[in-house]
Amino acid sequence: MKRQDLRHTTERNVFFWGWVLILPTMVGLIILNIYPMIKTVYQSFCKTGDFGRGNIFIGTANYAKLFSDPEVWQATLNTFKYMVVEVPFSVIIALVLAVLLNRNMVGKSVYRTIFFLPMVAAPAAIAMVWRWLFNSQFGLINNMFHISTHWISDPAIAVYSIAIIGIWSDIGYNMILFLAGLQEVPKEYYEAASIDGTNGFQKFHYITVPMISPTIFFVLVTRIIAAMQVFDLIYMIMDRSNPALSKTQSLVYLFYQYSFVQKDFGYGSTIVVLLLLLIMVITVIQVFAQKKWVHYN
Amino acid sequence: MTKHNRINSAIIHIILIVLSLTMLVPFLWMFLTSFKTIAESTQVDPFVVFPQRWNADAYTNVLNNMNFLLLYKNTILMIFFRIVCAVVTSSMAGYAFGRLKFRGAGFAFSLVLFQMMIPSQIFIIPQYQMISKLRLPNTTFALVFPGLVSAFGTFLMRQAYKVLPKDLEEAARLDGLSIGKTFVLVMAPLTKSCTIALSIFTAVFAYKELMWPMIVNTDKNSLVLASALAKMQGQYTSHYPELMAASLIACVPMIILYLVFQKQFVEGIATSGVKF
Repeated sequence: MKRQDLRHTTERNVFFWGWVLILPTMVGLIILNIYPMIKTVYQSFCKTGDFGRGNIFIGTANYAKLFSDPEVWQATLNTFKYMVVEVPFSVIIALVLAVLLNRNMVGKSVYRTIFFLPMVAAPAAIAMVWRWLFNSQFGLINNMFHISTHWISDPAIAVYSIAIIGIWSDIGYNMILFLAGLQEVPKEYYEAASIDGTNGFQKFHYITVPMISPTIFFVLVTRIIAAMQVFDLIYMIMDRSNPALSKTQSLVYLFYQYSFVQKDFGYGSTIVVLLLLLIMVITVIQVFAQKKWVHYN
Repeated sequence: MTKHNRINSAIIHIILIVLSLTMLVPFLWMFLTSFKTIAESTQVDPFVVFPQRWNADAYTNVLNNMNFLLLYKNTILMIFFRIVCAVVTSSMAGYAFGRLKFRGAGFAFSLVLFQMMIPSQIFIIPQYQMISKLRLPNTTFALVFPGLVSAFGTFLMRQAYKVLPKDLEEAARLDGLSIGKTFVLVMAPLTKSCTIALSIFTAVFAYKELMWPMIVNTDKNSLVLASALAKMQGQYTSHYPELMAASLIACVPMIILYLVFQKQFVEGIATSGVKF
């Protein structure tokens, strides 16, 4: 009888402390995330009054506008173009670098330090220097290779030029994640493979990739989500007067323009709900597809 | 080393060196341009790589026109409070989720995971409306606001507490320490490396953030480094020596911190790859 009482009090004690300790985080999440998310979805069904004041419920009018808005479709296409170039290149180059660096070699830590450097630089600064490198008249790139490419003002290529900056910025980050994943691959696997006479490429294909496939999956999912949210680079590089702007602006850029330049919170919310849905669909597809290629031990 | 191996290793070094140069050239170009005159920076025939005379005019101009001390102060305050908030709230919640079994924990933790999977732009308009309603734009509080709690931090700290051994905690409880005291005095000190990782992670991402500071703090005395750079680009358009000097001034402190605490930085970022 007494023993049960004691157990009861401990249980209540744990319940009390558990909730006391998680309370700040839970209150924070509700105020900062849960409530805002519900409100954003609600606002996507509203018309914003002048100067960003007042919500007038207008049903699905914003969505009707969204689906017939060529600017939104173009921005969606631009975002996908950026993602489709940025993610594979930054992931593959980083994976190869991680494999090359995952051994005892001269200068290993120097290389690692250099590749990781863009990660600690402000994107605003990175964007400015690349804009300068890309300058069609005075830029280092065109003058070094004696070409006159309009990297960031030619509507056909500007979005890919921005993807190059994205790749350059993300290689180091992805590489660090892969290096961490490679630490967990047992060395004996490679030794056994060497005895069997396999070459480097075969080892990469048959051992490395399957063994770190959970890390590859994680990096892919997070990089795609991040690429879908590209904003800083486009905001910093594309002037309002740039002829390539309409072919480069991303969904988040459009969201920013509508919400915080034009103060149209209603339509801004609708755009960001579209982004959320797109990201959810892509992530769900990846989660299903992973069963075919990701190996968990 | 066999001949074959030596050739292999030479090829690997060549690849790594070429890629290293690609990573370094933008920083070098930032540095070189910042010491040129405007005329030199826009001279193409012949194209000028090194400034003929290293002049610091761009730096003087930029330092006269922008209050970098204030920008540093605003940025550091934002980073400092975000770290404190993230570490304190995430450690508390991480301990509870990682070590205590109580009713509602599962549901509460699913909210944490849910937040981690949602793109942050979905929260921004209402967050801005709250700050605006409280009449708090252009304050340090506004900069810290979205980082008052951290779902990612909670997830990370939960992992850290989960793997700690049982015996210490049990001994402390048998000695009559309350759960709260056990957490603060016995368990929290054991998660030092993870706490440092979370701090660095929080600092780097706060430092890099552009959209939120740009939205809430528009007054020129409440800007942070990132938003000030964005603003100055509009004013200096083609004065590249000035733009590059300002970029360098904004980047150098973080780069120095990174070079000094490299191991912690790399670990801090690598922990963001923890598997679910």
